[in-house]
Amino acid sequence: MGFEVLLKGKNMIRLLMGLGVALKLSILSVVISILAGLVTGMLASFKKSVFYIVFRVHLEIVRIMPQLVLLFIVYFGFSKAAGWNLTAEAAAILVFSFWGTAEMADLVRSALVSIPASQYESSRSLGFNSLQTYLYVILPQVGRRLVPLSINLITRMIKTTSLVMMIGIVEVLKTGQQIIEANRYQSPNAAFGVFAVIFLLYFAACYPVSRLSKYLEKKWEN
Amino acid sequence: MMDASIIRSYLPIFAQAFTLTVIIGWIGIVLSILIGMLSAFVLYFKLPVLATVVRCYVELFRNTPLLVQLFFLYYGLPSAGVRMSAQVCGVVGLGLLGGSYMTETLRSGLETVPLSQKESAYSLGFSKAQLFVDIILPQAVSVSVPAVTANIIFLLKETSVFSAISLMDLMFTAKDLIGLYYNTTESLILLVLFYICMILPVSFVGNWIEKRSRRNIYGD
Repeated sequence: MGFEVLLKGKNMIRLLMGLGVALKLSILSVVISILAGLVTGMLASFKKSVFYIVFRVHLEIVRIMPQLVLLFIVYFGFSKAAGWNLTAEAAAILVFSFWGTAEMADLVRSALVSIPASQYESSRSLGFNSLQTYLYVILPQVGRRLVPLSINLITRMIKTTSLVMMIGIVEVLKTGQQIIEANRYQSPNAAFGVFAVIFLLYFAACYPVSRLSKYLEKKWEN
Repeated sequence: MMDASIIRSYLPIFAQAFTLTVIIGWIGIVLSILIGMLSAFVLYFKLPVLATVVRCYVELFRNTPLLVQLFFLYYGLPSAGVRMSAQVCGVVGLGLLGGSYMTETLRSGLETVPLSQKESAYSLGFSKAQLFVDIILPQAVSVSVPAVTANIIFLLKETSVFSAISLMDLMFTAKDLIGLYYNTTESLILLVLFYICMILPVSFVGNWIEKRSRRNIYGD
């Protein structure tokens, strides 16, 4: 079935290293997205401000355009139109952070907006100043809503980074193809085993993270 | 920098790719809704064995990217003797991915119907079948509409990876034309415009339905 190909030489290690390339890109993009998203989301929570309008436009672009289209625009389009010669990795991180920032900002903004005004008023009446209100009353509640959802963003990011093979980055799918090609004569049916293993590798990378997100969501409900 | 005549000459090629993408995308979406409904019923009624199978399927497909699923279906399965054309593969892949998302959405829709509704229906003499068809289903459907539309938009966006299994969709056409003639700007502009045509109407219709279906929430 083709599984034996992966046991030959360093094939399995190569495959895992390919997954590593994809995971590295997703982790970098997640970190940038979360940091930038926190700032953008807080600014966007001021209704009827310039920030809100900019945020809406950003979010709409990301919601309508497939990430692969954005990837093509940055990787192929920017080099032609703006003379930026980005490496594929830089283009990928730029696009995924652009996308992730909008999603994260939306999560932050809706978490902030969902805190009822009575919470602010009660803390005021208990003599908290604004800093204390934020630190002791608002942020803990926002955090509980935010953490599971941002963990969920990590799994979406991991899944989306599989697209980078389409702009020529050698990650796990590309490595898989190379292994199949190299063993074409010895094991012509390697494709099934190799792609099944890649399928399971992605599952193994995402499943624990999405379980954690679901667990925290349940734990902090109400 | 941009040449209108190039755009005009590319238009028919993109229109053809657009039609193909839309057709395969929507067949896949219909399939995903069917799979989602069946699986949601299985989970809701807690059918033995089947419920476990459905749960495994949902977790497996929700936690892997469509690109990897398509590679497995298109390049992997033929070595095991299952051969599908790129078009069928696209439909099946999108249907399976979407099915797993629709299952979760529809199941949670079914579960939002409060217990009091069931008790009231029983006390009014409704049978089990009547309860499900006349009371639970209509409410569950109207609750799930926004999430189902969000899934549809997500799936339409996911069609962009079809080019990986050499389906001549919008992405494939854009990449092909860029590679052949190097008119990058024109190709990318057309690509963006056609994706807007594909997704924006769904987003508008979704918002409209959501506003209308809000009136139909009973109870609470």
